[in-house]
Amino acid sequence: MSALDRNQMAWRAAQDLPDGGVVNLGLGMPVLVSNYMPADRDIFLQSENGILGVGPEAEEGHEDRNLVDAGSRRITLREGASIVDSASSFAMIRGGHIDVTILGAFEVAMNGDLANWDSRVPDKGPLVGGAMDLAAGAKSTWALMQYNTRDGGPRLLEACGLPLTAPNCVDWIYTDIAVVQVTDQGFVATELLAEISAEELRGRTGAPIGVSNACKPLVAPDLANG
Amino acid sequence: MAIDKRAASAAEGIGAVKDGAVVMFSGFGGAGFANILQDALLEIGPREITLVANSATHPFSHTHKLIEAGLVAKVIVTAARGRGRELSPFEELWRDGKIELECVPQGSFSERIRAGGAGIPAFFTPTGYGTDLCEGKEVREFNGRKHVLETAIVGDLALIRGDRADRYGNVSFRYTQMNFGHAMATACAHTVAEVREAMEDAMPQAEVQLPGVYVNSVVAVGGEP
Repeated sequence: MSALDRNQMAWRAAQDLPDGGVVNLGLGMPVLVSNYMPADRDIFLQSENGILGVGPEAEEGHEDRNLVDAGSRRITLREGASIVDSASSFAMIRGGHIDVTILGAFEVAMNGDLANWDSRVPDKGPLVGGAMDLAAGAKSTWALMQYNTRDGGPRLLEACGLPLTAPNCVDWIYTDIAVVQVTDQGFVATELLAEISAEELRGRTGAPIGVSNACKPLVAPDLANG
Repeated sequence: MAIDKRAASAAEGIGAVKDGAVVMFSGFGGAGFANILQDALLEIGPREITLVANSATHPFSHTHKLIEAGLVAKVIVTAARGRGRELSPFEELWRDGKIELECVPQGSFSERIRAGGAGIPAFFTPTGYGTDLCEGKEVREFNGRKHVLETAIVGDLALIRGDRADRYGNVSFRYTQMNFGHAMATACAHTVAEVREAMEDAMPQAEVQLPGVYVNSVVAVGGEP
């Protein structure tokens, strides 16, 4: 098994979502998770613009420009869905009514600090959106990210170098080569690609990382690129 | 005299707008932008306004016209990044120091507006604690967790988009059209609702999502839902 692609990473995170849970997916790769929800689990997707119960994207010819999700996609509603205004939506988020939020990340620190909103591109304006509220308000925050930067540098670090989204919030990290839990003792890999040794993993990590005694090989099925 | 908040035109509904006004604009992701009202505001042309909206750069919102026309002194937003590698009109003005930017986490943004309309001058929230955006804000610990003090935002004018309204100013929204419109209507001295249809008869109570007390004027613009 070689490194997971984006769809396989999204698939892997989806397998751990709780039955009956309320889940908010961040922009970018996390939205792909909605394509791989386990069929045996009844899950409500929340969208920060006020939707509880996001359904699949609308088919061509059936779109409604007034029914969009946080990524501006024209979507449908699932059975049992409801819509509230933005202030009520964030009351839902901040009030601890979201079980899991899956967010993209630039960096995660060993104490769970998350940096995902400002990559310091010169002169480009900031875009924080709902990331800080989700990271601070959801019961559990999962990061979905490539393990290393394009240059091979570490993104799991002792301390974040980029501006924080929220401190001490990340519980799980789903990546292309490993699944990592953020514990009180720091990073612990619970799944790792079979072809990667613990030593190689440590070399690709910018902080101490343990490998769980129960560590399993990270696997994902072949998925159509969608 | 019987209440009738229906205005004959966008300009009539908005009325006079003073220089330096704080103006709120609803809309998110293409839903709920009152673009006909925004175009009318451009014609009215108040200077040095503070623009309160989710994004300063959303391509579907005509707020970018107000920014390009140089009417905006400051924006309070959650997003201010143009889509492409090229700088957006907002980003160029910001880089050149010609426009002030206050970037706010979206939940704090919407709650600050809600609080403004609900008579709450400030509140503590865990969102943003420990981040650059909340640097310098007052911090207090509640239940073992650090929170930052956020202050309410109130405005002079709200331009919101709904689906239907009645002569009493009651408004209904279509799906996610509501977004910030409800809170903004409560937080501004003068609220104008752009709607598809403005009825002479009262809307059935169960369909009212924004009570008329928060709406000063409704402007019917027709069109498809």
